Amino acid sequence: MNSRERILGRVRRALADVPADETPIARDYLREHGRRTVAETVELLAENLADYRAIVHRTDSAGLPGLIAGLLEKRGAASVLVPPGLDEGWLAATGVTRVADRAESTPAELDRVDSVVTACAVAIAETGTIVLDGSPDQGRRRITLVPDHHVCVVRVPDQVVSSVPQALERLDPVRPLTWISGPSATSDIELDRVEGVHGPRTLEVILVGEA
Amino acid sequence: MSGTFVGMPAFPEAAREAVGNATLRGNLRHATHTIRAKRAKAVSEVSDWAELREAGKRIKDHTLRHLDRYLEQLEEAVTAAGGIVHWAADAAEANEIVTQLVKMTGESEVVKVKSMATQEIGLNEALEAEGIRAYETDLAELIVQLGKDRPSHILVPAIHRNRGEIRDIFTQEMSEWGRPAPEGLTDTPAELAEAARLHLREKFLRAEVGISGANFMVAETGTLVVVESEGNGRMCLTLPETLISVVGIEKIVPTWRDLEVFLQTLPRSSTAERMNPYTSTWTGTTDGDGPSTFHLVLLDNGRTDTLADEVGRQALRCIRCSACLNVCPVYERAGGHAYGSVYPGPIGAILSPQLRGTGSEIDASLPYASSLCGACYEVCPVAIDIPEVLVHLRERVVEGGEVTREGNRVVLRPAKGHAAERAAMRAARWAFTHPGALRTGQRAASRTRRFHPRTLPGPGRAWSGTRDLPPVPAEPFRDWWQRTRGGKDGAK
Ligand code: SF4
Repeated sequence: MNSRERILGRVRRALADVPADETPIARDYLREHGRRTVAETVELLAENLADYRAIVHRTDSAGLPGLIAGLLEKRGAASVLVPPGLDEGWLAATGVTRVADRAESTPAELDRVDSVVTACAVAIAETGTIVLDGSPDQGRRRITLVPDHHVCVVRVPDQVVSSVPQALERLDPVRPLTWISGPSATSDIELDRVEGVHGPRTLEVILVGEA
Repeated sequence: MSGTFVGMPAFPEAAREAVGNATLRGNLRHATHTIRAKRAKAVSEVSDWAELREAGKRIKDHTLRHLDRYLEQLEEAVTAAGGIVHWAADAAEANEIVTQLVKMTGESEVVKVKSMATQEIGLNEALEAEGIRAYETDLAELIVQLGKDRPSHILVPAIHRNRGEIRDIFTQEMSEWGRPAPEGLTDTPAELAEAARLHLREKFLRAEVGISGANFMVAETGTLVVVESEGNGRMCLTLPETLISVVGIEKIVPTWRDLEVFLQTLPRSSTAERMNPYTSTWTGTTDGDGPSTFHLVLLDNGRTDTLADEVGRQALRCIRCSACLNVCPVYERAGGHAYGSVYPGPIGAILSPQLRGTGSEIDASLPYASSLCGACYEVCPVAIDIPEVLVHLRERVVEGGEVTREGNRVVLRPAKGHAAERAAMRAARWAFTHPGALRTGQRAASRTRRFHPRTLPGPGRAWSGTRDLPPVPAEPFRDWWQRTRGGKDGAK
């Protein structure tokens, strides 16, 4: 008998007391916490992002290229990683060297890049979380991990949901997902919070609304 | 279950040593009180906590009660998504599988994400014996590994170390393992974290094999989930060519939607955050993004035996948030090492003796490592009735009876020399078979106190004269502590 059969056999014997079918699980928890207008939900997202030490900016589509150029300049970035499907216009105002997100680039190459600019799949207001799903405007998981500076663009209000349950509904489990709430952090040393252990130490989130 | 801390004395002896260590106790008290207060605030932010907790409990119970079905579904989904599923009945088999998988890659080093399951099976030691070096990449685990130490807390394994000790460990040991600590390293947390970043980055960038556990596995989709803070998890899960995840069979949830419950309750219960900085999910392999080979090793190692116990099986609901550690007065005093297991605190007291059986002295003593005050049950996000299981296990130790070991029914003989516990046990059982006595307020501790004289009669007197920790709630732990040690350690 192989271990698969052995384990499944043990499980079945262990559960001899259990009836075959049971009532479905009641889900009487909330779909979202509190009533908010759309604007209030976006406001809550901004607050919770900032509370977790992400730097939040707001602009409209016309102001976006200039804002991104300014952020890269302020950072002193010499190179920026660009996912293949990123809106060309977003980087129109910056002359910083672009590095393409290529499957064959090594982690060491990524490590030499200063910044990365991506879109996101969804943002969760109640928890201050942005979620990336590897779509062409977000790129491979590692490009938002190795460089030390991540600029993430969120379209408000259409990419913003209130809560974790609403976010899961919108996401496709087949894609690899990365949920990001603030920059990398640790509290392992006497519970003092330190930002930036292995992931980007600086996370800037741009909320782009219609003007 | 292997990975017993070899040569550990039984809980009372180990605890006595720990309470004599003022630094350890100071660190622990500070940490548990801090996390506890933060957690209460994080939980109070969500008005439906009770409903989330109840749903979490039900989802996990339902999964466990149909575990065979969900295991098969998971296997199918992971395989369809390009993963390879392995089954390991015990620690030795799991270690053997992982060792072979690493050898097949031709590599002699691996990077690891913090994982209780791989600690439980002693994977690092098994790999070491085969000439494979496993690098722990969670900051706290790194501190523990460099310090040749044992983890003492589920969430913050190096909680027993303060910054000065960490600086010394880094300065002395980092060069043995790779990039040395920077010259003139001070003990500020920011500098220490930076030293760890530099030390580990060279390992991440060259690693070909990553090893992880998982917080959840979704049967319906074959998705695995890891929650973390530092980004070391993301490094290990995405940069290497090969990813091997070792996961206990109880970590399943049936559907994608079920995550909506646990992704709300786990972060708030463990790190007291609305959401942990990083959550990664992956389903098999994705072309061009992340590892091209993914192995899932499903681990039994005593879990099916635990499942066979109708009272004790609820311990398998545990999502390892560590909230129960931070509220436990016994854990706070005794420290994580006294439990002689990778699972310390209240959950360790019920999980370890079930996974490993109660054959050893330490495992037989663990069900007594509690004041039965009920605080652990109150905070548990999946409502595990830890006091109930503790009393149940005490009965088993004292009175013997039928249990399942490695899939077989065996009859356990009553533990020798436990006559006193037997007497005490009957009183405790009285309380537990009279639910009214348990239902409200402080639960067991305050309730059963009425039924226990301060000094046990007959054999009980012998017990109370020789043991450091009470086997039943003859009185709440705090009262007992005051009476026996009161004032000596500045206890409040
Ligand atoms: S028993 Fe409950 S409180 Fe303790 S670690 Fe497990 S889930 Fe958390």
